[in-house]
Amino acid sequence: MIGSTIIPRPLAKLPWRLIFMVSMIAGFGLVVLYSAAGGSIHPWAVKQAIVFLLFLGLAIAMSGLKESTIKAATFPIFALIIVMLVGVEALGLVKKGAQRWLELGPIRLQPSEFMKPAIVLTLARFYELLPAGEIRKWRAIWPALALLGAPAFLILIQPDLGTCIMVLLCGITVMFLAGLPLYLFVGSGALLAAAAPIAFHFMHDYQRKRVFIFMDPESDPLGAGYHISQSKIAIGSGGIWGKGFLQGSQSHLDYLPEGHTDFVFATMAEEWGLVGGILLILAFGMVIRWGMKVSANSKSRFAQLTAAGLSMTIFFYVTINLMMVMGLAPVVGVPLPLVSFGGSAVMTIMICLGILMALERQQRTQLRLE
Amino acid sequence: MSKWQRITSAHQSLSFSRRMMFVGGTQAAFGALLAGRMGYLAITQNEKYNLLSESNRVQLIPVPPRRGWIIDRNGKPIAINRSSFRVDLIPQQIVDRQKVVADLAAFLSLSPDEVDRINGELDDARGFKPVSVADNIAYEQYAAITVRQPELPGVAPSRGFARFYPGGSAVGQLVGYVGAASAKEYERENKNPLLIIPGVKIGKEGLEQVMEQTLRGQPGGQRVEVTAKGKLVKELDPKPDRSGGSVKLTIDVDLHQFAARRIGDQSGSVVVLDVATGDILAMPSMPSFDPNNFSDGISRNEWRMLSENDHLPLVDKVTESLYPSGSTIKPLMSLALLKAGIKPAERVFCAGSYRVGNAIFHCDKHHGSVAMADAIMKSCDIYFYEMARRAGVEVIAPMARQMGFGEKFDLPFASQRYGTVPDPDWLMKHSHRKWEVYDTINMSIGQGNVLVNPLQLAVMAGRIASGHVIQPRLIAGHPMPTPAPLPVTQEHLVFVREAMGGVVNSSVGTAGAVRLPLDNIQMAGKTGTAQVRRISMGERNSGGVRSNESLNWKIRDHSLFVAFAPVEQPRYCAAAVIEHGGFGSAVAAPIIRDTLLYLFDKPKGLAALDTFEASIGGSLDQRTAAKTATWRSANGLPPSDKKA
Repeated sequence: MIGSTIIPRPLAKLPWRLIFMVSMIAGFGLVVLYSAAGGSIHPWAVKQAIVFLLFLGLAIAMSGLKESTIKAATFPIFALIIVMLVGVEALGLVKKGAQRWLELGPIRLQPSEFMKPAIVLTLARFYELLPAGEIRKWRAIWPALALLGAPAFLILIQPDLGTCIMVLLCGITVMFLAGLPLYLFVGSGALLAAAAPIAFHFMHDYQRKRVFIFMDPESDPLGAGYHISQSKIAIGSGGIWGKGFLQGSQSHLDYLPEGHTDFVFATMAEEWGLVGGILLILAFGMVIRWGMKVSANSKSRFAQLTAAGLSMTIFFYVTINLMMVMGLAPVVGVPLPLVSFGGSAVMTIMICLGILMALERQQRTQLRLE
Repeated sequence: MSKWQRITSAHQSLSFSRRMMFVGGTQAAFGALLAGRMGYLAITQNEKYNLLSESNRVQLIPVPPRRGWIIDRNGKPIAINRSSFRVDLIPQQIVDRQKVVADLAAFLSLSPDEVDRINGELDDARGFKPVSVADNIAYEQYAAITVRQPELPGVAPSRGFARFYPGGSAVGQLVGYVGAASAKEYERENKNPLLIIPGVKIGKEGLEQVMEQTLRGQPGGQRVEVTAKGKLVKELDPKPDRSGGSVKLTIDVDLHQFAARRIGDQSGSVVVLDVATGDILAMPSMPSFDPNNFSDGISRNEWRMLSENDHLPLVDKVTESLYPSGSTIKPLMSLALLKAGIKPAERVFCAGSYRVGNAIFHCDKHHGSVAMADAIMKSCDIYFYEMARRAGVEVIAPMARQMGFGEKFDLPFASQRYGTVPDPDWLMKHSHRKWEVYDTINMSIGQGNVLVNPLQLAVMAGRIASGHVIQPRLIAGHPMPTPAPLPVTQEHLVFVREAMGGVVNSSVGTAGAVRLPLDNIQMAGKTGTAQVRRISMGERNSGGVRSNESLNWKIRDHSLFVAFAPVEQPRYCAAAVIEHGGFGSAVAAPIIRDTLLYLFDKPKGLAALDTFEASIGGSLDQRTAAKTATWRSANGLPPSDKKA
C-alpha cells in the first residue's frame, strides 16, 4: 500500500476506458459548441476545452486520493459548504438581491454545485458510521434528514430549484441504498404527491409558470413555453440522421434559446439526429454503469454508497436535462454535463469521477494485494 | 428486541445488492424512456417539426400579384392597372424611427392623424411586414424619397399598381370596384397574408368581386432566411408571382358607354343583347359611381353624396331593379293568345273602358274596333283585357315565363332580382286569395303583380326576335347550351314581329317618332308605360288623369321600351327602362333608337348623342362635376376633399 503511493503510478493503471469515454463525450460537446457558435471555436468551444482539460486533470489527480483521506475530509468539507451557502445567502441579503455564487478573485464559486457530491459523501459516511443493527431505527433517519434538509433548504431559498432537486435526489438515493425501510420511501412518495399542491403554493411565479408550461407547452409557444417548443422543434426536425454538421437552422438562427447551455442537446440533435442522440445517451449510460460497477465491487460500505451515489448524481444530471429538453420535465435549469457550456457542471462531474476513480483504483490495489 | 431489528452486515449487504439492482433497473428504464421519446420526436413527429422548423427559418416578403384585366369583346380595356407610387416602412430595418417618420411626414405633407396611425401600426408591427405610409403619391414625391432612401433606412418606396377604369362612371355598375380588404374579409379567407399587404386591393362589388378568384392571381415573394430576432441572413430563391387572369366580357364597351351617356340625367338602364348568342353587348345602369374613386378609398362625403341620391347610383338597375312590365308584355301576350286559338282577325271594340264585375278598367284612348295587330301597334288595353279574359291565366302565365319573365339567369352577379309572374298558385301562397278575372286583366297589360327587370325585358325581345330560348351571357366564351326553339309556331312569331315592326314603322304605331334614320334597316319595338301610383276613381272623374309632368318625379310612370333590329333578320335586341320617365315612346324609345343607330351607323349615332348631350348641359364628366359642385355647396362643403 505504502509503496504504491510513493512510486509514481504508471499511466497504465488509470481507468483508460472511462477517461476515453468521458473525453469522447466532452469532445463531441466541443463539436456541438463549435457549431452553436456558428462554426467558430469562439466564444464557447475553446473556453470549454480548457475548462474540461483542467478538470480532467483535477479528476486524475483526485484519483490518487486514499479512501481514508476522503472519509476524513467529508464532514469538514460538508460543514465548509454549508457555511458558504449561508454566506451566499447573507451576501444576497446585503446586496439586496438573490445570489448563487461567491466571487473569489476571477473565480466564481457556486457552493450549491459542490453540495451535489458532498451530500453523497456525507450521507455515505453517516451510514458507514451507523451500526448495521441501527438501520431501521429513528436514529438512522433523523440525522440523515437533517444533513440533507439543511443544504436543500439553503439552496431552495437561493432560489435554485434545479440544484435543490438534484441534491435531494442524490441524498435520497444514498438513504435508499443504505437500507432504510422501504415504507419510508413509499410513504413519503405518497405524502409528496399529496403535498404537491402546497409546495406549488410556495413557489416563485417563474417556477409556477414553468410548471404550467410543462403541463401544456403549446399554450404559450411565443412566451414562456418558447424554450420547450423550440427545443422539440429542433430535436424533431433533426430526424434520424440530423440536418448535418453546421446545418441546424434552429440553433444557427437563434430560434433555440440557450442552445449552448441547458438546451445544447437540442442543438446537437438537430444536426446529428436520433443517431447522435442515442450514441450520446449510450455513452453516458456506459459512464454511469462504470460508476455503478465501482459501487458493486466496493468492499467498504462507504465506498459502496459513495460510488453509487456519485453515479446517480451523473445519472440525475443527464436524465433531468434530457427530460427537460424533450418536454418530459419542466424547465428547471439543469445543464447537460460535459456538453453544455459552463464550468460548474464539468467541475461537479469531474469531482464525482475523480472520487469514483480513486475508489476504483483502491479496489484494484486491494484485489492485487489479496 | 424483535426479530427484524437484528440486522447484521450480511443482511445489509444483501439488501444493498437488491436495491442496487432496483436502482440499475430504474436507470435503464429512464434510458429507454429517453431514447424512446427522442425516437418519437425525431421519427414519428419528424414531418411536423420539420415544417415548424422551416416556417421558423424562411420568411416570405410578399410581392402582390398584378390583378387581371377586364376587357370587352374586342379586347378593349374596361378595368386595367395603372402605375402608382407608394411608400412603406419595413419595421425591421428602421434605425431611427422618430427621424424617419418625421422626415416622411415632411416630404409627403402627412397630416398629424396619419402620423399617429403610422406610429400606431409600427408599434404593433414585427419583422418584415411593411407598414403603409402613403398610397398613390405623386411621381415627384416618389422620386424625392427614392433619392434620399440611403439616408432613411427602413423606408421602402415602391411602384405598385392601382386599378383604373377608363370608362369611369359609365362602367361603375358593371364592374363594381376594388378596395383594401376589411378585417372581416381577412378572417373569412383564413387570414390570407396576401390581404394585409399594403396596397393590395380586392374586389368589393360587381364583377370585381364575383370574379375575384380569377382576377387575383398568385402572390410571389422574396424568400429570406431570418434569425429569431428578424435579422436577414440570406436571400433564398424568390417565389415568382402569377398575375391574375383576365376576364373577357361579351360587352362592347363603346356601345355600353354610348348607351350610358345616352341615358343622360335620367335614372334608368339599357340592355343590348346579340339575338343569336345572347351575348350582353351593353348593360349600363345610370346614374352610377366612378369606380376609380373607390379604388383609392372613397371619402365620406363622396359616399354620402352617392347614397343620398334619389336616382340610386349604387343600385345596378339592370338586374336589381324590378318594374311592372306595362305594355311591353303585349307581344308575348299576343303569342299566348294565338297559341290559345284566338284568330288575329278577331276584333274587340274599345270604347275606352272595360267593366269586370264592379271594377272598371281603362284604356288611354278610344281605339274603336281593333284586331290583334292594331292592338299591339296602338297598344290598346281593352283588346288585351277581353282576349286575356277569354284565354285565361293558364295560357298567359306559362308564355310569360317562357319569354324570360321571372327567370334567374346564370350570370356573374352577386344579387339578381328576378321578379314575379303571378298565377293562381303564386297568388294563393302570397296573398292567400283566389285568382279572380281582374287579376288576369291586370296581368294582360303587365300591371298588377307582374314584375320584371330590364334584362328580362331584353331577353324577351331577343326570344321573340330569334324564336329561340336564348340565355344572356356576360363572360365571353362561357359555355352555353344551344338555345331550344320556342314552343311557338313560326307563323305566330312572324305575325308578332311584324306587328312590333308596325309599332315603330306604321302610321298608327305608338313609337312612330323613333324610326331609325337609315335607309335599309328598321327596328321593331314595343312601348310600355308602367304605372307607379294608383289612379283613383276621383281623379278620373274630376277632369281626367293628371299628366306626368304635373306629378312629383317619384310618382311619375316608368318609361319602358323593348326593341330588336333589323325587323326582318333580327341581329340585336334591346330594352330600356327609365324610372319615372313618363311615356315609353317619349323617353325610353329614343334612347334605344340612338343606341341601335350607333350599332348600325357609328357616325350618325355619335352625332345624335352630341346633339342630345348639348341639350342637357354637356358630357357625362362635365355634368357629374357640376352636380358634385352643387351638392357640395348645398351641403356647406368646400369644393374638394383633397388636402391643400
